[in-house]
Amino acid sequence: MIRVENISHSYGEVQALRDISFEVKKGQIFGLIGPDGAGKTTLIRILTTLILADQGTAFIDGMEVQKEYKKIRSQIGYMPGRFSLYEDLSILENLNLFAAIFGTTLDENYHLIEDIYKQIEPFKHRRAGQLSGGMKQKLALSCAMIHAPNVIFLDEPTTGVDPVSRKEFWQMLKTLKERGITILVSTPYMDEAAMCSEVALIHDGQFLDIDTPEKIISKYKPLLYRAKSSKNNALLKEIRNSGWTKSAYLNGEFVHFTVEDLNDVNKIRVFIQKQEIEIMEFKEVNPSIEDCFMDLMHSPTE
Amino acid sequence: MKRFNAFVLKEFYHIMRDWQTLLILIGMPVAQILLFGFAISNEIREVSISFVDQDNSRYSREIRQKIDASNYFKEGVEIYDTQEVESYFRKGEIKMAIVVPEGFAEQLVNEGNGQLQVIIDASDPNTASLLSNYIQAIVQSYLDEFNRGAKPPFFIEVRSELVYNPELKGAYLFVPGTISVIMMLISAMMTSISITREKELGTMEVLLATPMSPVQVVLAKVVPYLLLAFFNAVVVLLMGYFIFDVPVNGSVPLLLAEMLLFIVTSLALGIFISSITSSQQVALMISLMGLMLPTILLSGFIFPVENMPLPLQVISNIVPAKWFLLIIKGIMIKGQGIAFFWKETLILLGFTLFFVVLSIKKFKIRLS
Amino acid sequence: MKENISIEVSNLSKHYGKFKAVDEITFDVKKGEIFGFLGANGAGKSTAMKMLCGLLGPTSGEGTVAGFDIYKQSEQIKKNIGYMSQKFSLYNDLTVLENMIFYGGIYGLSRKYIKEKTTTLLKELGFDDKLGTMVSSLPLGWKQKISFTLAHIHNPAIVFLDEPTGGVDPVTRRDFWEMIYKAAEGGTTVFVTTHYMDEAEYCDRISMMVDGQIHGLGSPAELKKQFESTNMDEVFIKLARPNEKV
Repeated sequence: MIRVENISHSYGEVQALRDISFEVKKGQIFGLIGPDGAGKTTLIRILTTLILADQGTAFIDGMEVQKEYKKIRSQIGYMPGRFSLYEDLSILENLNLFAAIFGTTLDENYHLIEDIYKQIEPFKHRRAGQLSGGMKQKLALSCAMIHAPNVIFLDEPTTGVDPVSRKEFWQMLKTLKERGITILVSTPYMDEAAMCSEVALIHDGQFLDIDTPEKIISKYKPLLYRAKSSKNNALLKEIRNSGWTKSAYLNGEFVHFTVEDLNDVNKIRVFIQKQEIEIMEFKEVNPSIEDCFMDLMHSPTE
Repeated sequence: MKRFNAFVLKEFYHIMRDWQTLLILIGMPVAQILLFGFAISNEIREVSISFVDQDNSRYSREIRQKIDASNYFKEGVEIYDTQEVESYFRKGEIKMAIVVPEGFAEQLVNEGNGQLQVIIDASDPNTASLLSNYIQAIVQSYLDEFNRGAKPPFFIEVRSELVYNPELKGAYLFVPGTISVIMMLISAMMTSISITREKELGTMEVLLATPMSPVQVVLAKVVPYLLLAFFNAVVVLLMGYFIFDVPVNGSVPLLLAEMLLFIVTSLALGIFISSITSSQQVALMISLMGLMLPTILLSGFIFPVENMPLPLQVISNIVPAKWFLLIIKGIMIKGQGIAFFWKETLILLGFTLFFVVLSIKKFKIRLS
Repeated sequence: MKENISIEVSNLSKHYGKFKAVDEITFDVKKGEIFGFLGANGAGKSTAMKMLCGLLGPTSGEGTVAGFDIYKQSEQIKKNIGYMSQKFSLYNDLTVLENMIFYGGIYGLSRKYIKEKTTTLLKELGFDDKLGTMVSSLPLGWKQKISFTLAHIHNPAIVFLDEPTGGVDPVTRRDFWEMIYKAAEGGTTVFVTTHYMDEAEYCDRISMMVDGQIHGLGSPAELKKQFESTNMDEVFIKLARPNEKV
């Protein structure tokens, strides 16, 4: 559905994308995961024909992004990173406008957005500017879906949104996926990787890895342990001081650390106990996507 | 077409919902006309004048008494030399000087024809024209008494000399001037702001990713402002006609057509501004400094072009409002037909075409 | 006892017409504590934070920040706090040092002091060669670290951080939190909002705002126990949408 071939792009001296290639199959949720400034927005804008890549090309459903931009524009759905609908128009007016732009009507395609739209329909006469973050998101997604696109591009739809709304939003994407719609979505939240069929971890204009979330995790090499104490900050320092760890960092209520050799684990444990830090938990864990991302970044925290 | 209509409708929503701006846009021309009409060209009362009586005859003293007796004027400083008049004008101490030349009485009695010189500070043209009329009237009424029974009648010529603004563009000028300012403001400034707002809010990005072409977006934005500007211009015309008796001596359809042309010129300018900037603030600054100021100052609305220093006269040629003012004054005041200003019309058309082509060239189908 | 208290708020409210943006919140923050201020968008976090920073007058209730009254002494409060938000942090068209001099100058610090202090602080971050660099050319993570440095260059009693790590990569996020820990160890009180639930765990105590009220207040462990959850995500969801099943 989406094919990207050797795309590079730069803004002046800043290299935003470095030789990116990948493919997204039909009906997948493809997650573009990485921090701000990694190149996510640039990549999405190239794919939505909004900017031209310096090098390389891409195809959306067989259409080339530069030459066939008009055709692509009429067939994709796009939701930019920032809420970009008309705040002085009501929910209904925004929807009707976008329906008209694509030469359709709300009634005609109501069934396509019903699941999402019915959640905000009770407020359809309210101005978009007066909606909560979660509701704005639903409206933006409805507008992006109104013309029955086969593929939609969502640039950081969940940024700045509270965890509850984020969860709801991913639920909606899952429903769309089940209907066979291809979704390319970017996010800075690593924990959202689990909801994707396939993810690309992007950092500094490059893919660190691209695979299914499960496979990325299975490729993780170091031995990952977690420890917990009442003073995690002190614990973290001592784990580093022990000198046996490759990297150690805070992770939620735990301190995560990696070792190369199983024997080092016990050495660390003994070392910490000597420092009179009470250890509440100490065990090997499976890495999360975030652990993988940090490992792949060649974590400078050593 | 349906797509286009939906978009125009959306623009109307934007305008209607920003009711504060709308109120200003509709209220401003009305306020401006009323200001020009009532506040600025106010009634004449106790205007300071000076008498330069070089004749010092019976007649000159009688005329002086007659003028002093009216409550329109009061005498200010005594001046003996006409050379000094201008310096008092500069200081703002007097508005008018009446010079009775030496030998006035002799000429009047012997030849039946006297000459009075009136020097008027015309920097406020409305007042100046009123002053001139009043003096004429007072001298006339003096003559009427003087002539009773006399045959052939004596005659006094009042030669008015206007300082600073000899063409005396006043009474009829503020209506055409206001029309051009209002049309420039609404068409150019509002259009450029409204287009750059879409860029700032990021909605332009969404629109670009749809089959709506940028040209369509812009055209749809222009329609409501065209109507609004036209509506305002007509309101100003009607107010001028009914409140201030400013007539349209020439053809009304021709006038409306020329107004439409000027609106389109202004819209083209607005579009051009929005194509070279992406922030509302910059668009506003360019519109104000680059369009509004020249329209007010260099078009001949406030200061006559003929009186400007040569460089400014040259620059005034690229101010579209200058040409439009020539046209609209021609129609309204002189009652001229297209034959008199086809050149000006062509120039406006040229401006429009130039900016439209330039904008289209600059317009991007992509971001940056 | 009061000596240990950095922020004390009781029944603080802010109403906009009928709408209660902040509805009688009561809490206190101890000196040197890292206090997480969580809540869904529109729950009233930023309104509350603005009142604490002396930027917005409350409708009713009482509060002191760094020992100063939020009604009468907002100027003193501003002198004794540091503020950093995701949106406004540094001027992009100034260099790092120029930003520091400008910001420190607001607090009446001398140029020499700022220069020395900045150099020391940035050396710790490994950025000391970046003093003359234009902020616009720095990566986001660096900017955020530098703006945090900036926010406490005048040794404020409290720093307010409004979503300081939004969009920052996971490694830098952790570096950032270690900076926060260090500041707290130095006695600075840290008042922070975040959307990352793992970061909530890093706080000593957390308050959860729902519809203008504080519905949960305590250490992460206490809250998890109270709401029978295994992680903060669940706590958040149970609090923010009490009617839904998790």
